[in-house]
Amino acid sequence: MNKLEKKLLKQVNDSKMTGAVNIRKNGKTWQRKNSQWVTIKDSQDGRGLEIWVKDNAPMAMVDIPVLLTESGLIETVDNNFYIGKNSKVVIYAGCGINNCGTKDTVHSGRHRFVVGQGAEVKYIEKHYGEGGNLGQKEINPVTEIELVKDAKMMIETVQIEGVDQTERVTKAVLQAGASLVINEKIKTSGKQKAISSFEVKMVGEGSSCRVMSRAVATDVSEQKFISNIVGNQKCFAHVACDSIIKDKGKVTAIPKIKANHVEAELIHEATIGKIAGEQLLKLMSLGLKKEEAEEEIMAGFLN
Amino acid sequence: MLQLKNITLEKEGKKILNKINLKLDDNRFYVLTGPNGSGKSSLAKVIMGIESPNEGEIWWQDREITRERIELRAKEGIAFAFQQPVRFKGIKVSKLLELAAGTKKIRGCGVLAQVGLCPKDYLDREMNGSLSGGELKRIEMATVILRKPKLVIFDEPEAGIDLWSFQNLIEVFKKLRKNYHGTILVISHQEKIMEIADKILLLKRGKLEEVEKIDNLRIRQKCGCRGGCIHE
Repeated sequence: MNKLEKKLLKQVNDSKMTGAVNIRKNGKTWQRKNSQWVTIKDSQDGRGLEIWVKDNAPMAMVDIPVLLTESGLIETVDNNFYIGKNSKVVIYAGCGINNCGTKDTVHSGRHRFVVGQGAEVKYIEKHYGEGGNLGQKEINPVTEIELVKDAKMMIETVQIEGVDQTERVTKAVLQAGASLVINEKIKTSGKQKAISSFEVKMVGEGSSCRVMSRAVATDVSEQKFISNIVGNQKCFAHVACDSIIKDKGKVTAIPKIKANHVEAELIHEATIGKIAGEQLLKLMSLGLKKEEAEEEIMAGFLN
Repeated sequence: MLQLKNITLEKEGKKILNKINLKLDDNRFYVLTGPNGSGKSSLAKVIMGIESPNEGEIWWQDREITRERIELRAKEGIAFAFQQPVRFKGIKVSKLLELAAGTKKIRGCGVLAQVGLCPKDYLDREMNGSLSGGELKRIEMATVILRKPKLVIFDEPEAGIDLWSFQNLIEVFKKLRKNYHGTILVISHQEKIMEIADKILLLKRGKLEEVEKIDNLRIRQKCGCRGGCIHE
């Protein structure tokens, strides 16, 4: 791995890679390592990976970073995760693109999760782009989740800079007692565009879902947040979309919540606005210039 | 030290401050009081640079700063504690204190203890709605104390805090009065705060009067009230 690739990897994956690892570089597996609890293998159709986590794994670690440094590379990857019952697992799935060329580089990743009974998954996804302005850097993740009875999943997804175009889709089905927490943070600048949509069906009694999306759109960038939450049983969902817009940035929030059961409690909150004047005044009264104050407020918001 | 010369502030055609002349000396404790709407907060904001006067001059340490920006006044030693502390989503108490102190690490953070908060319970908390009004108020005070300013303005520190916290607040001010080397200007309606002042400034309908002590104020106002209010 050269210096550029190492730097790119550090941007999207800051874990120590102590467990199972699969590093994908420019369309091919570059390094693979299995662990006591996790087996990673090529899927039968050759379109991606199968990641198998055994039952009762005490704390399994999985790192599956993707790096793209060849301008013009367009790839679609299908990964399937099978999480054994009562296991605990942390998965780092970053994607970094360095595109200094003139052609567009695109990574589309479809991740399917089947999370076994009583299992707990933490899924950390960090997306980053760098390079010149001529070739686009595009990342389109699709995450499909099935949470079996009493399974828990927490998703932390961050896109801080450099990705010109992204369309994120997250779909989940929650069985009885299952819980899904999603924290999403997206910053767009320049002419970047980001769309993020969530579709969560709570089909089991006592299931719960919390989605917190924070967005910062600056310059002439645009973001769209779409959520569609359905409660078919006694369940709880809270979706919050909180956005800061600056310059000519635009944010659209489209909420949809549907209760099909009298005990379904579904909440949606959406806030869009510029940085509050009193926040700027407070930080300026601590000696920060207006621009410095704006940076601190936006960095804290996406922290 | 700080001098206001003929400061006039108008908003929507109404004179909020009318030819205010004021001199604040070094190392003194002032209380600015007066009825609601008399212009107290506006006067404090004019000193900090948050509001710009229509007329008049502001002099700070023998230099005119009337048109100087907020952050420059802050760097030159003026600090301002907001009446309504500002909330920040995602910014932790420790980060705000670091920004206030201008250093990366806050050592031990005794300043939180100074305002009656246990540092280990608060440093990792977010400056958002999960903190109560009283907690935010104390953190607000900590941010200005950390700056070690030459002039510190507190805009109604007692507003929005409970009676128990208020007793504690008086102690904070007494300690500040004793240990702090600088000028303190507190906007307040509270007698207990006025009692520790060197001088009381009374603002009525945008005009300023100066009185030395709380007893003089009572005589002037013909007010025997011990309930802590200033009648017009």
